[in-house]
Amino acid sequence: MSNQPLPAVPYLKIPGDGSPYLEGQKCGSCGSTFLGERSVCSKCGARDQMSAVTLPNSGKLYSYSIVYRSFPGIEVPYISAIVDLDDGTAIKGNLINVEPDPANIAFDMPVEVVFADALGRKDADGNSYLSYFFQPKT
Amino acid sequence: MTDAYIVGVDMIKFGRFPEKTVPQIGAQAALMALDDCGLSIQHMQALYCGNLGQASGMVGQRLLQEIGQTGIPVVNVANACATGATAFREAWASVKAGLYDVVLAVGVEQMGKGLLGGAGGKTGIPKEGLMGSGTMPAVFAEAGMEHARHYGTTFEQFAKVSVKNHHHSTLNPKAMYQIETPLEEVMNAEMISYPNTKLMCSVNVDGSAAAVICSEKKARELGLMDRAIKVRASVLASDPWQERDLVMPDVNSCTQKAAKEAYEMAGLGPDDIDLIELHDCFATAEILHYGNLGICKQEDAGRMIDEGEVALGGRIPVNVSGGLLSKGHPLGATGIANIYEVSTHLRNEAGARQVEGAKIGLTHVIGLGSACAIHVLERAS
Repeated sequence: MSNQPLPAVPYLKIPGDGSPYLEGQKCGSCGSTFLGERSVCSKCGARDQMSAVTLPNSGKLYSYSIVYRSFPGIEVPYISAIVDLDDGTAIKGNLINVEPDPANIAFDMPVEVVFADALGRKDADGNSYLSYFFQPKT
Repeated sequence: MTDAYIVGVDMIKFGRFPEKTVPQIGAQAALMALDDCGLSIQHMQALYCGNLGQASGMVGQRLLQEIGQTGIPVVNVANACATGATAFREAWASVKAGLYDVVLAVGVEQMGKGLLGGAGGKTGIPKEGLMGSGTMPAVFAEAGMEHARHYGTTFEQFAKVSVKNHHHSTLNPKAMYQIETPLEEVMNAEMISYPNTKLMCSVNVDGSAAAVICSEKKARELGLMDRAIKVRASVLASDPWQERDLVMPDVNSCTQKAAKEAYEMAGLGPDDIDLIELHDCFATAEILHYGNLGICKQEDAGRMIDEGEVALGGRIPVNVSGGLLSKGHPLGATGIANIYEVSTHLRNEAGARQVEGAKIGLTHVIGLGSACAIHVLERAS
């Protein structure tokens, strides 16, 4: 079992010294960015043109749903959000620190990426995980 | 290339049949489609069988064990919710190519109850509710809210889709439900994923549908042209690259692409279409496709539902079968069930829900991930 929390997804990076961050892959040929490792660009088909980039920690809310019914053991309600980061990369996650009511949620509202424990979830070996969330930008 | 015709087509009444096997459920529709044109399994030169839940289970061969093992080639097809339409299209293509004169396409599914979908892989920790939701009601809610952000579409307008389709199903004896659901009831039903309430989610049911597809020469030889339905276009598209693909499965661009190609293949346009069966897996999904299929501008989709243009009796009726919302959505059967519905109207055999004077109809399904299948159908005589 790890003494340190593990990243909940591979594109969340936890450096030994410094703050966690999200990593994208940018195509050197067409400039598209992607979450997660890849060697071929799915937009233009270029091979071996991908390089890692640090994604910005701010963006705007693109779309969302307020989830009231989920699988057993999942706490509801929560806001499932699609966010466009400032560099154009789209990412999905929970929008937190907002009352889950459409009246409080506006398209294009500025949000920031925050990193926190993955709601207490642990894997079969007892490891803790670090995840990312969105919250309204203060 | 020859033209291809549907000469026999039928579906079972959708429901829940836990006592039956998947091949048994599929065999029912297969026999009904054969009876619809008076042919037997001995006439069939190939079987294209669509099923998702037992994709590795050789459902087509097991289906032949129920209705006649003639040794014909069987192709088992899985393509998410476009599974049935893809099986139909493979059958159509084999006739168009001149490989066979008469073939059978079957779509069948046996479903459990409850939520479909869910985010995250098998390693680490569950991602559902941690990084948004991968449940189908939420994914299609997010797609609907994208429409809302661009065009101002409202919760009430999405809900009206469900009112309309549930109303239509009261006229369809083969629908799972025949129950009116007034607007207040739809909007006040249990919220599943805003803006989709429980009555705005399609029904998980068991079901099957089947079609016999025939070359023009063979259909004439067999004397089956009277009730034959010409397949004017058959198009399958995957989702072309979009910037939010990795986090937001795209049902729009593949529909737009498939629609454009289908109208070109058929040599007609959206104004020529008399009725549409489209993929209303959630109420939020239906509204997206009015614009995607070109029956209105994207920004007019809400008005289409407000003004009844897509209701039975309106300018272009959509989902007069009751749609997936009320007829039910047995994933692998849905694509052929939609083809059955449109064919029935083109044959002027749809009874109380008949779209008067229907000559040309369009069917559309989406398999999330994504696949879009569109067929344009026309009465032959």
